[in-house]
Amino acid sequence: MTTTPASTPPTNDPPTSGSTAPVLAVRDLTVTFQVDSGRAPDVAAVRGLSYDLMPGEVLALVGESGSGKSVSSMALLGLLPPTATVTGTAHLGQDDLLAMGRAELSQVRGRRLAMIFQDPSGALDPVFTIGFQLGEMLRRHVPGLSRAERRERATELLRMVDLPDPEQRLRFYPHQLSGGQCQRVMIAMALACDPEVLVADEPTTALDVTVQQEILDVLRRLRGRTSAAIVLITHDMGVVADLADRVVVMRHGEAVEQAPVAQLFAEPAAAYTRTLLAAVPRIGAPERPSGVDARDRPALNVEDLVVEYRGRRGRTVRAVDGVNLTVQPGEILGLVGESGSGKSTLGRCALGLAPLTSGVVEVVGTRVGIGSRAAARAARQRVGVVFQNPAASMNPRYTVGQSIGEPLAVHAGLRGPALRARVAELLESVELPAAWAERYPHELSGGQRQRVAIARAIALDPELLIADEPTSALDVSVQATVLDLFREIQQRLRFACLFISHDLAVVDELADRVAVMHQGRLVEVGARHQVLQNPQDDYTRRLLAAAPVPDPADQARRREERLREAS
Amino acid sequence: MTAAQAVTRRLAELVLVFLGVMFIIYVMVFTLPGDPIMALGGDRPLPENVVAELRSRYHLDEPVWKQYLYYLQGLAQGDLGTNFSGQPVADRLAARWPVTIALALTAWGIELVIGVGLGLYAGLRRGRVGDRVVLAGTILAASVPVFVVAVSAQLVFGVQLGWFPVAGTTQGWPTAYLLPAACIAVFGLASIARLMRGSVIDTMSSDFVRTLWAKGLTRRQVVGVHVTRNSAIPVLTYLAIDLGYLLGGTVIIEGIFNLPGVGQLLFQAIRAHEGPTVVGVSTALIIVFLVANLVVDLLHTALDPRIRHE
Repeated sequence: MTTTPASTPPTNDPPTSGSTAPVLAVRDLTVTFQVDSGRAPDVAAVRGLSYDLMPGEVLALVGESGSGKSVSSMALLGLLPPTATVTGTAHLGQDDLLAMGRAELSQVRGRRLAMIFQDPSGALDPVFTIGFQLGEMLRRHVPGLSRAERRERATELLRMVDLPDPEQRLRFYPHQLSGGQCQRVMIAMALACDPEVLVADEPTTALDVTVQQEILDVLRRLRGRTSAAIVLITHDMGVVADLADRVVVMRHGEAVEQAPVAQLFAEPAAAYTRTLLAAVPRIGAPERPSGVDARDRPALNVEDLVVEYRGRRGRTVRAVDGVNLTVQPGEILGLVGESGSGKSTLGRCALGLAPLTSGVVEVVGTRVGIGSRAAARAARQRVGVVFQNPAASMNPRYTVGQSIGEPLAVHAGLRGPALRARVAELLESVELPAAWAERYPHELSGGQRQRVAIARAIALDPELLIADEPTSALDVSVQATVLDLFREIQQRLRFACLFISHDLAVVDELADRVAVMHQGRLVEVGARHQVLQNPQDDYTRRLLAAAPVPDPADQARRREERLREAS
Repeated sequence: MTAAQAVTRRLAELVLVFLGVMFIIYVMVFTLPGDPIMALGGDRPLPENVVAELRSRYHLDEPVWKQYLYYLQGLAQGDLGTNFSGQPVADRLAARWPVTIALALTAWGIELVIGVGLGLYAGLRRGRVGDRVVLAGTILAASVPVFVVAVSAQLVFGVQLGWFPVAGTTQGWPTAYLLPAACIAVFGLASIARLMRGSVIDTMSSDFVRTLWAKGLTRRQVVGVHVTRNSAIPVLTYLAIDLGYLLGGTVIIEGIFNLPGVGQLLFQAIRAHEGPTVVGVSTALIIVFLVANLVVDLLHTALDPRIRHE
């Protein structure tokens, strides 16, 4: 373990008062979970965490999944399930949160210490209006307000988070708002009672990058307007660079390093922090050899593709609107866009899984959507696919070997020892031990599962591979190794690849060419360098500007530039 | 879509369903083996001309689909037809309807209040003793046949303890109806309790409930305002379907407790091959069932704004 002494040594002394007293002082916080009703050994999720949160400060808790960053904050509010045991102290002002009873704690929650969560649309009750949910918070903590006063305050709060038409929006239900708008409502609700501390648990992770930027702007502006100090929990180094003053890096439940943000990025002290920072993909990857074969017929050819879905009440929704693109053998085309841009629909068309309204899709020389089922099956043999969520795209009751072997048995007719030998070979090619063929998906980690999914996708030696956000569900350090592996395999097997992603930096690491989609249209296609470093289209520029870079100084400069342009 | 449009559309659907279901019942009843007209005479064969006269009066000499159209024509004018003894079916129904409706609705009420209440109780105490007791109880309740429940309840609460009348409707609502209604409700009540329990558990672990705790709401506010309403939504659908079961269940229960409702009438009519009565009673039952479903749908819409804005 590469633990560096934290800047604040853990002590059990109560915080001293004075002008520089921390708003929140956490000392020696430890959380253990009882597993299987005590039949298995307890698991420590957080071990001896200590930090101070100063007034007006944004403190980022950074770490990968399982680092204990969320659990440590849920523990402060007493939101953990009864199987959790929490020890240590957490002084909010003079009061120890961890020593409070249920009634006392529920007085603190929302009023002095408020929280916002990752999935904003799920975090609001779907059957009540947002006006009711805001008013409820005020009714609970600010008794004595009249109906009209509560309404006025709610409107004012929504205005503060820049929600348009706040008065009308009070009557809206959560499903009538977008994810970004729901998160604004959550922030407004959290700030309703002027809390001393705001805990933001991955507040922008579920949002598109341009929406993330808006929410980060809202949070940044609120720092000036409210007195709340913010605990920002995130895995995204770009978000840290954009918003945080100080950073606590967590790993396996322990603080590995605590430092001011500039220092952390400039001279990371702990080895883990260095690994983490190195794993973050950044735009500006060096030149690399490309295996594009421009003479051969394209592996994927899309001409004038239109895909329409019948929406509610007969309205048609154009998911893909007149797209032309080609992927040559040996080429990786990065297809970038936000949610609803039509990028996944395009991928599904190439697999023959989405209905084509008009236009032509040719996969390895075969037109999709016409001809017999047998022809479609034959074409599908030559296309591999990797989806975003490896846990959901694998049959949980199949062993790894069965999953990888299935396409081989179905299409190549391999049986017995020949099949086993090929499965072992494939597992080794994705750097997993051949003996793991006997394991089940639930026994593997997310990254390992995604390697299995890649092995399955390349089992038939496809001419075209479609990868739909294959690393989005993975931690950044795992993502880095999976991307390395992916590139290595592609260079060896030389398949053409349509790599769909929302992350420009990931695409930069892999792709030869980049295509950008927005609202069903292809707004820009070109060589990687040209699109990512000298974008011609407005939307591409916006997308590039919105993604925060993992460098505080650079990010501050970019933000200023962007805000200047906007005003 | 406005509320008025939604209701109109639902009503139109309802008419279609009604006509379809009616036709199926009509065909089934009138193609049953046995000749109702011949049966009227008992052991003595009826004169040829009387049989012919009766057959043409009831359109029995025409194809089934034509008979069905005649029947619909009558129905449109509020005529449920007459049975083969010449009594209007409507008259016979009128006297018996209130009994069955009171019985089924009482049972429905019991299911709703106790089932939802038990489910909420168990769901909030997941894994604890109260939850286990409710779960075991629901399995027991769902596994005993209705007539066993009814006969034992009648014996224990009616005959031995004397808390409720043993049979008949002389004491009126609610005294005379509570015990039989409870007997029909047992099965559905168990299902609703289990459904509600699962729904409550799901809701309690949802993200928005976590938000409510983080807002500092009291347990009473979280459960009373948010959890109950969200959890009740999936249960409502079951309640609507269950009314059909309850109405069917009245046939057995009315027999056991000697309640003069349509269930008994239906039973007698099927045995006597009285086609018009069977169809008439079924028609009325379908109408009640469909209307109750409509009410539940509207309630659904009121509880869940996501449906309203579709």
